[in-house]
Amino acid sequence: MITPRQSVTEPLLSVRGLCKYFPVHRQGLLRRKTRYVRAVDDVSFDVAPGETLGLVGESGSGKTTTGRAILRAIEPTRGTVLLAHGGERLDVATLGRKELKGLRTRMQMIFQDPFSSLNPRMTVEDIVGEPLVIHRLAKGRVLRDRVGAMLEKVGLKPEHRSRYPHAFSGGQRQRIGIARALIMNPAFLVADEPVSALDVSVQAQVVNLLQKLQRELGLTYLFIAHDLSVVRHICDRIAVMYAGKIVEIAPTEKLFNRPCHPYTRALLASVPNPDPDVAMPEVIHGEVADPGNLPAGCSFHPRCPHATDVCRQEAPVLRPMGEGCQVRCPHPFD
Amino acid sequence: MAGMTQQVKETPLLEIEDLQVCFDTEDGTVAAVDGVSLTIPRGRIVGLVGESGCGKSVTAYSILRLIQKPGRIRRGRIRLHPLHGDAMDVTALGEKDDALYRLRGGRVSMIFQEPMTALSPVHTVGNQICEAIRLHQEVTRAAAERLAVEMLERVGIPGAAGRLRQYPFEMSGGMRQRVVIAMALVGRPELLIADEPTTALDVTIQAQIMDLMRGLQREMNTAILLITHDLGVVAQMCDDVAVMYLGRIVERGTVRQILKTPQHPYTRGLLASLPSLSRGRSELPSIEGSVPSLSEIPSGCPFHPRCPHYQADTCDRGGPPDLRPSPAGHEAACLRLEGLEAAP
Repeated sequence: MITPRQSVTEPLLSVRGLCKYFPVHRQGLLRRKTRYVRAVDDVSFDVAPGETLGLVGESGSGKTTTGRAILRAIEPTRGTVLLAHGGERLDVATLGRKELKGLRTRMQMIFQDPFSSLNPRMTVEDIVGEPLVIHRLAKGRVLRDRVGAMLEKVGLKPEHRSRYPHAFSGGQRQRIGIARALIMNPAFLVADEPVSALDVSVQAQVVNLLQKLQRELGLTYLFIAHDLSVVRHICDRIAVMYAGKIVEIAPTEKLFNRPCHPYTRALLASVPNPDPDVAMPEVIHGEVADPGNLPAGCSFHPRCPHATDVCRQEAPVLRPMGEGCQVRCPHPFD
Repeated sequence: MAGMTQQVKETPLLEIEDLQVCFDTEDGTVAAVDGVSLTIPRGRIVGLVGESGCGKSVTAYSILRLIQKPGRIRRGRIRLHPLHGDAMDVTALGEKDDALYRLRGGRVSMIFQEPMTALSPVHTVGNQICEAIRLHQEVTRAAAERLAVEMLERVGIPGAAGRLRQYPFEMSGGMRQRVVIAMALVGRPELLIADEPTTALDVTIQAQIMDLMRGLQREMNTAILLITHDLGVVAQMCDDVAVMYLGRIVERGTVRQILKTPQHPYTRGLLASLPSLSRGRSELPSIEGSVPSLSEIPSGCPFHPRCPHYQADTCDRGGPPDLRPSPAGHEAACLRLEGLEAAP
């Protein structure tokens, strides 16, 4: 059993004011920047050591971009990303190339699609061992042993090492991806929709594996997903994103039982329940906001049943609501 | 259960009988669908559920004869009893038979998972809907456009007349799926085949599209064959459900029977492995192993290597078990149904 650890201890990761704007150019003789797509806008949160923070939202909400900007797989436009490392806190967002490479052993990523994230021309052994080779941490016999031990840890057999990815099912490939991420003994993992490409029965196996590894290795996860039931199962706290901004962040059970933001409510109500006696999901109208063309005020106001003039004019800020909950709404539910 | 006995009396809209669809591969011929029988009553929503590779899409594609080489229908009959017109056996039609062209998009139409691949990127939405109308109805271009606008309004597209001139890329995913639904329903089909119609959509949009489909289904009394892997969608949309595993139906019944009193260990496993919204943080029950490849289907019950209730010398012998009545009143293809009753 994992006990949710609140931020009593120093956070492992502190994200403050993280922004990623993509410029959109209009074609012409002179390429002129016309506008920015605010994919991630002023995102701030902490993740405690050993905790799992869920990042949920619909497509285009900026959850994947947030994950990538934290790891500096893409360059953030603004903001700080502080990662605890050997007693000090380093700002991932501004580190130079060399220091960043050193820090890569501390933070790794698990990708959504186990088919496109593994090189089809490399054997499992080469895929899983590559990070160690790149960082010159092991070679020869030591390398082989570490890869073998890691494969076993994620539930693969040592004889799988010489096979190519095509010989594995989706669930096994995801295990290979997890082994590659863990071989460096990272403290922090960004898991970007790690089970959404898998069938339900296999999904459960991978979710269980991620939880087992977290217990054994004391891992900290940023778990990005759109499937709310998986998120509820695995996360200690959840941040809900809409149009590039966090609209609500709260402990898991608080969020599911008493959501404060109208969007969180709508999102939870939209999930079809596998019990035929539960009524059809409620429908909220309108479409997901386009981060390249956001409405004034609160981005959610055109779809919000409770919107007032304030919502149409002023962009709300994230405010604390008690019980470890923060909400970006002038009229939150209590 | 009362619903089930009532349906037997009237002729169902579609009867699939002992369908076998084979694919020639490098490893020899494999049966993607093997011995599937399924009836779709008029005006009902039948769900076809299963994991990837179970044959649910191949079954559905067979109804419109959309199986392409190296695949072929090797055995079985698919009989359609339309309300107006004569009954026909779809499997007996020639590849280029006129009746087949009239059937597709006429009495039976289909919507696909990814609306962008179902729509032509180089034609306006209006042209595409009008083409669908004029293939099946003798109307003028102007009349077809009026019908198209009417249909777009019914699927909830604001400013329908203006949307006719737009191209699919100018629309969001949800709007595109509405266009595809409009196109599928404009010929007033008696059967709509919907292959994962909401899988590519965000949950709030999925809820909108499910709401729309249910509404239109009631209004037009169209039967729907809904293919999905999402048991939540099944619960909210379907009247009847068939669960498939490795090309065979392993359990079928009403939606309440399947989801409330599942009998087959595979169905039970699927339902148990859903992270329930109420359960705590304990370990999720999962089904051991993974789906084997179609060229290596296990002997006896195809599910036996993964089954928690497997009994040696019973489950691994002979051919795959047939569907038979279960203690819960519906059908399941398991040899140990009676022994499982007490099991969770």
